[in-house]
Amino acid sequence: MLAVDGVDLEILPGEVHVVAGENGAGKSTLMKLLSQVERPSGGEVEVSGEPVEFHGPGHAQSLGVAMVYQEFALAPHLSVAENLFLGREPGRAGFINRRSEGEEAGNLLRRVGLDVNPARLVSGLTVAEQQRVEIAKALAIDAKVVIMDEPTATLAEKEIEGLFDVIRDLTSRGIAILYISHRLDEIFRIADRVTVMRDGKIVDTLLVNELDEDKLVRLMVGREVANLYPKPEVEIGDALLRVSGVSRGKKLMDCSFEVRAGEILGFAGLVGAGRTELARAVFGADRKDSGTVELDGRTLKIKQPQDAINAGIGYLTEDRKGQGLALQLGVDQNITLASLPMSFGFINLAEERRTARQRRDELNIRTPSIRRRVQVLSGGNQQKVVVARWLETKARVMFFDEPARGIDVGAKAEMFGLIGELAKEGRGIVLISSYLPELLNMCDRILVMNEGKVAGVIGREEFSEERIIALATAGMEEIA
Amino acid sequence: MTDTGATEERGGLGAALRERFSDAVSQLAAAGALIVVFVFLSIASPAFLTADNLFNIGSQTAVVAVIAIGMTLVIITAGIDLSVGSVAAFAGVMGVMMIVDFGFPVPLALLGGTLVGAACGLVNGFLVSTAGLNPFIATLGMLSVARGLVYIFSDAQAIFGTPDSFRLLGQGVIAGGIPIPLIVTLAIAIVGFIILSRTKLGRYAYAIGSNLEAARLSGIPVRRYLTLVYVISGALAGFGGMIAASRVNSGQPNFGVGLELDVIAAAVIGGASLFGGQGTVIGTLIGAFLIALIRNGSVLLGVDIFYQQVIIGVVIWIAVFWDQYRRRRLASSSE
Repeated sequence: MLAVDGVDLEILPGEVHVVAGENGAGKSTLMKLLSQVERPSGGEVEVSGEPVEFHGPGHAQSLGVAMVYQEFALAPHLSVAENLFLGREPGRAGFINRRSEGEEAGNLLRRVGLDVNPARLVSGLTVAEQQRVEIAKALAIDAKVVIMDEPTATLAEKEIEGLFDVIRDLTSRGIAILYISHRLDEIFRIADRVTVMRDGKIVDTLLVNELDEDKLVRLMVGREVANLYPKPEVEIGDALLRVSGVSRGKKLMDCSFEVRAGEILGFAGLVGAGRTELARAVFGADRKDSGTVELDGRTLKIKQPQDAINAGIGYLTEDRKGQGLALQLGVDQNITLASLPMSFGFINLAEERRTARQRRDELNIRTPSIRRRVQVLSGGNQQKVVVARWLETKARVMFFDEPARGIDVGAKAEMFGLIGELAKEGRGIVLISSYLPELLNMCDRILVMNEGKVAGVIGREEFSEERIIALATAGMEEIA
Repeated sequence: MTDTGATEERGGLGAALRERFSDAVSQLAAAGALIVVFVFLSIASPAFLTADNLFNIGSQTAVVAVIAIGMTLVIITAGIDLSVGSVAAFAGVMGVMMIVDFGFPVPLALLGGTLVGAACGLVNGFLVSTAGLNPFIATLGMLSVARGLVYIFSDAQAIFGTPDSFRLLGQGVIAGGIPIPLIVTLAIAIVGFIILSRTKLGRYAYAIGSNLEAARLSGIPVRRYLTLVYVISGALAGFGGMIAASRVNSGQPNFGVGLELDVIAAAVIGGASLFGGQGTVIGTLIGAFLIALIRNGSVLLGVDIFYQQVIIGVVIWIAVFWDQYRRRRLASSSE
């Protein structure tokens, strides 16, 4: 099977050309072919009308095709300037001319709106700043086409706006941007034209004003998605989890909230506002300086995750691969990781398999075998494996930290459907998300965090994006 | 939609089978190499396929194999234990001193030596799991500390004077010619196999090596299990030291210099990954015997001892390269 099959794509100077599609649609593979990281088995690439031969990434760069990767290709222990000129250091006879390197770097950084000293180490920069350095690197080689692979995946809302300003500035100078994304909101904000890929083929290329959200989803998924956010009607019960006065250094200050049975409580706020920190402190993943956690009116002593788990609290982390899954272990072993079935001091393998099969069927985890390494599953199915693990612990309160990150539109609808079901069964759910439509559609109440404090809690009847953003940004000065 | 689902299922099933067999195949390959070397030596050297020689190999391998089983456990957690050679010497000398200087009965001394090793492992485990030292550094320190201690306690002199019964562990025979050290090794291997496949300790070791943070957030008491893993490695190093002491019927303070390299090589040849999450007892046993055969064969064929080192180094390269190649292919075929 081909990852990318007979694709024709034309990119015009000065346009933002979005390549949209679900995970596995072939977007990233296509980009690797264009930037000559991988060799195509057929077809040709022309730059400015000239056919291009395949010689590897360095060759692509010399032709003016630069790539900004999802995970940056920067050397963290080198300075910004050193990174910008890595492999092309100015100077002679093997000695580097540091002064001209610094000046040149300063110019490039200004063009991408980044105000940092070029002598600083890359490891000390924020993710957003590192991304700007990557873009500056593209400018350093005089790129005509800059390929960006899901550049907003790790950025906060404000940083996204800054990135879009830089993109608009680049296109006004005639540089073409090839922008890979599956986030609907930003496609409509930044694209001039959209090419939709599915199963390694191009479905269509359209001007962005010929599209609306429904049509785009239909093209990406290849069928109608009835409802992205299926929220069932739930009778909300009594308070299940009550958290009061949780503080942790400057990250969390006197945070209190409660979750009721059957309720979905949203955590909104900017990146760094303390949403994940609050969830981790309640769960015992991080130490807390003060504060109490009650479940069913009983005060819990939570010092480490296993205390929270034993009490009936679960936490699905935002970083699935980094903190959620043991990638080399099987689907079954990942599902039972927090609740190994034991008999006489030994793991009951038959019981483990039975449990895993049951959860696989129940959550519709698409894997040919439950003993399959979880590494090779798609993002959506991996996420379901983690959910299954928490269901096995009989968690009554579940924290979902960015559960839809990096999974397909179809899988996303399934994930939110599942969260709705869990609430309906009487569990208390906390949903953390940076994408407001998810919170607005799924939650009964939304708690907004701002610089480590709870800035306010809004009931469903009063939901509005404006109010949430106002609470989330109140008291902050404008950052460039 | 259902159609593509079904084909995926089929394609996926093939990949799943390949994956399930992949570890077995890795061991088969090492086992294949073992058989090839065995057959080659049987033909090339008349002295090879004799009871005496096989007995020798069996009992020589015991020390490396026993310690390598503990090492496998450590490597599965993405750790390393560089101190096993020094710890084996320290434990061996202490065990012999218990008999000679304090009049311990032999079985108690065996336990005592093992516990000395376990104590060293406990220090390693504490440094890794709680003080947060890198395993390489923590056990590098212990490598030096244990070697220093054994010289201090023994005055850098070999210790003699053990009773004949002490020889049994390293030199004894049962059932008409099967070396006791080989039996002991197999017994420990069986226990190790059960630990890895059927107990919390084994499962959690794989989980910790695969993703420490995920393990912690799943409620696994990571520190406790990580410490336990190093204690076991130390205990087996200590017991291995007792086997070695029994083989020469004395405590040798300079035993086991560089032994950690053979031990790590055995685990790695057998498919353990230094990145953690992978490794099996069977693979490690095969690795240990392969190294022993190469050593033994080199001697029989009159190959210079320095060339032995070169050969073993090359075998490590080939084994690890082949293992990685196979895994890469597996990963790309299942995308």
